[in-house]
Amino acid sequence: MKIKTLTELLDAEIICGAEHLERDVQSACGSDMMSDVLAYVKNQAVLLTGLVNSQVIRTAEMMDMICIVFVRSKRPTSEMIEIANECGMVMLCTEKRMYDACGILYSNGLGGTKV
Amino acid sequence: MSDFIDFHFDVDGENFVSAGQASVQIKKNLRELGLPPEIIRRISIAMYEGEINMVIHANGGVADVLVNEDKIEIVLEDKGPGIADIDLAMQEGFSTATDRVRALGFGAGMGLPNMKRYTDEMKIESTVGVGTKITMCVYLNK
Repeated sequence: MKIKTLTELLDAEIICGAEHLERDVQSACGSDMMSDVLAYVKNQAVLLTGLVNSQVIRTAEMMDMICIVFVRSKRPTSEMIEIANECGMVMLCTEKRMYDACGILYSNGLGGTKV
Repeated sequence: MSDFIDFHFDVDGENFVSAGQASVQIKKNLRELGLPPEIIRRISIAMYEGEINMVIHANGGVADVLVNEDKIEIVLEDKGPGIADIDLAMQEGFSTATDRVRALGFGAGMGLPNMKRYTDEMKIESTVGVGTKITMCVYLNK
């Protein structure tokens, strides 16, 4: 799925990284606990989260993710946008709740982790 | 001893916002050296977990990443409170992190187990009241 499609499905606002919307992503994960993302995530390119701090971007970067979706209308700070721009991360904001946002993406073909 | 490259970092313990900078930098350094992406990811994650630990538990410290021909070593050293029971600290889910740290998305008790998971060898030397030294190793041809 292209990040552009994901943005439309979630009716999301593009905070930064608009130049990367044509990039393809194969799977996603949702978590507010960065420790768990670091422990369990494998090859997911998209992180959906309700947590807002700079370590969300660092965590995503360490996991080679390319897109962060902030759910429940959470908004990143200007400092976070700066960090995201530096590492070429796409950041999106959606009004949707975590469960709904994940469900929409999953039912449209964006899978999670095969356990 | 064969030739190796030493990347040295001072980890600032005061600033949670900047935590992880050394890991971001080492990721760039290893990419420039042309190492395989999977190796880079394992090193970066282990280093990042270690860096976060140093910031939230030990008020910072120093990190060295030694790139050898056949392996990469990560050495993290701090002058923090030390780990009283290393076996307990290695258990998934055990954490002494504060609620403030948990609210930031960390402190799930996965840091040390994760560092072990992503590396081939890990050694913890710690003395309560003195500090902790963690040495991790990833082999390049394994």
